[in-house]
Amino acid sequence: MASKQVQTEKPGTQEPVVLIEGARKSFGSVEVLKGVSLAVRPGETVAVIGPSGGGKSTLLRCATMLETLDGGTLAYGDTVVARDEGGRSVYSSKDVQARARQRFGLVFQNYNLFPHYTVMKNITDAPICVQKRPRADVEREARDLIAKMGLAGCEEKVPCQLSGGQQQRVSIARALAMHPDVMYFDEPTSALDPELTAEVLKVIKLLAAEDMTMVIVTHEMGFAREVADRVVFLDGGSVVEEGPAEQVIDHPREERTRAFLRRIAE
Amino acid sequence: MMGMLLEGFAVSLQLFALTLVGAIPLGVPVALMRQSTWGFSVGRVRVRPLALIARFYISVMRGTPLMLQMFAIYFAPYYVFGIKLTPESKWQACVVAFIINYAAYFAEIYRSGMQSIPRGQYEAAEVLGYSRAQTFFKIVLPQVVKRILPAMGNEVITLVKDTSLAFSIGVAEMFSTAKALVASQVSMVPFAIAAALYWVFNFVVEIVLGRVEKRLDYYHD
Ligand SMILES: Nc1ncnc2c1ncn2[C@@H]1O[C@H](COP(=O)(O)OP(=O)(O)OP(=O)(O)O)[C@@H](O)[C@H]1O
Ligand SMILES: [Mg+2]
Repeated sequence: MASKQVQTEKPGTQEPVVLIEGARKSFGSVEVLKGVSLAVRPGETVAVIGPSGGGKSTLLRCATMLETLDGGTLAYGDTVVARDEGGRSVYSSKDVQARARQRFGLVFQNYNLFPHYTVMKNITDAPICVQKRPRADVEREARDLIAKMGLAGCEEKVPCQLSGGQQQRVSIARALAMHPDVMYFDEPTSALDPELTAEVLKVIKLLAAEDMTMVIVTHEMGFAREVADRVVFLDGGSVVEEGPAEQVIDHPREERTRAFLRRIAE
Repeated sequence: MMGMLLEGFAVSLQLFALTLVGAIPLGVPVALMRQSTWGFSVGRVRVRPLALIARFYISVMRGTPLMLQMFAIYFAPYYVFGIKLTPESKWQACVVAFIINYAAYFAEIYRSGMQSIPRGQYEAAEVLGYSRAQTFFKIVLPQVVKRILPAMGNEVITLVKDTSLAFSIGVAEMFSTAKALVASQVSMVPFAIAAALYWVFNFVVEIVLGRVEKRLDYYHD
């Protein structure tokens, strides 16, 4: 796959698109992230796996600024969202945060499409109203995205007229229309039955083949092995093991990873 | 007789319209205040002054009769500020009382509507970079309108009938006129006509609401 070549040709020479260092986050007295670090290079696809409650969603929510870090660093390229000062995260100004927000897209487990907007408007509204891009350009691009997602003919439909798989593909298109540097997916198929799951995984594979930078939380091990350059196993708020997909999934070194993979295979 | 009743009806209609025009927007800041998290902590207790004020306001407006509120507002300027009451005062007090009373009910409906919007909608908007105002006006408000329409319909229909309460303070709306006519003509017919007019009015309200609901029926969630 093309994305793998990018990495093997120039290992570690490229600036990471997103850099998370020593991320800590507690809810009340429960520490959910205990110093998680993750750097994603351009074109790389990272799969995040791990047991329920391990902190996968929390990691993505901190990375997308839906939650604030207690400690650690978060940066998108040269846009530093939060830097660590003596173990506490200090966030940059709202302007800097707004700029960083333009660098990523997030695909939710339950889509979170805007139910009162058509497919077209779901995709075009933020580029037009937030990014102030010309409507004609945005709409032309949206039509291409809709076709690419296999949704031709759905432009004027509203989300409730679509299947779950179609809705999730709209939400992927909505995120892509913002021209993000990195796409986050939080269990994008766990609300879908197998048939619809396949449709969604297909478009994510397509994006991987186009060298889209992606971080995907998933329970689909076959998919992770196929699409990911790197797999991160997150358990109990820490990265227990990470490495190339084949290694972590087929030949895990850590006992906790093995136990998790055995359980999930049942 | 019909002419007098229709004159009264025009007054009722004015009260109805003014109440909606005033209370529908006034309910928004009340609902936002009621939900505001702004405040400070005293020990372990969180004090939210704006939310408290809104709660108190809503509680009084819903917990006391509208009729008493009209009188309170009618006499307050005289007793508190020594302002002389004029013939117009009754009408003004009546309109103000209706507006602030209905704003309290509307605020509670708005609040329940806003709380029913899933968190995910706000989060999706936030990640896409919508400002708070854009999120409210483009994403949340249209969905709230659809969700609260049935509850608002109930209140609007109640309002049509509540306009007859203005009679108690001496505003010559339709019910007062009907009552006077019943006394002078020794006949129940004016009451029957008034009842029919209220009902026809509400029938129109129902049709209008039905139309609006149908227009918003292009999606469900
Ligand atoms: N807003 C919150 N308030 C309190 N606790 C929370 C909150 N969000 C998450 N948690 C807790 O943090 C822990 C990690 O949650 P998280 O959702 O990140 O796990 P996850 O790895 O995504 O699990 P799953 O596979 O079930 O989605 C869980 O114990 C959860 O209960
Ligand atoms: Mg999760």
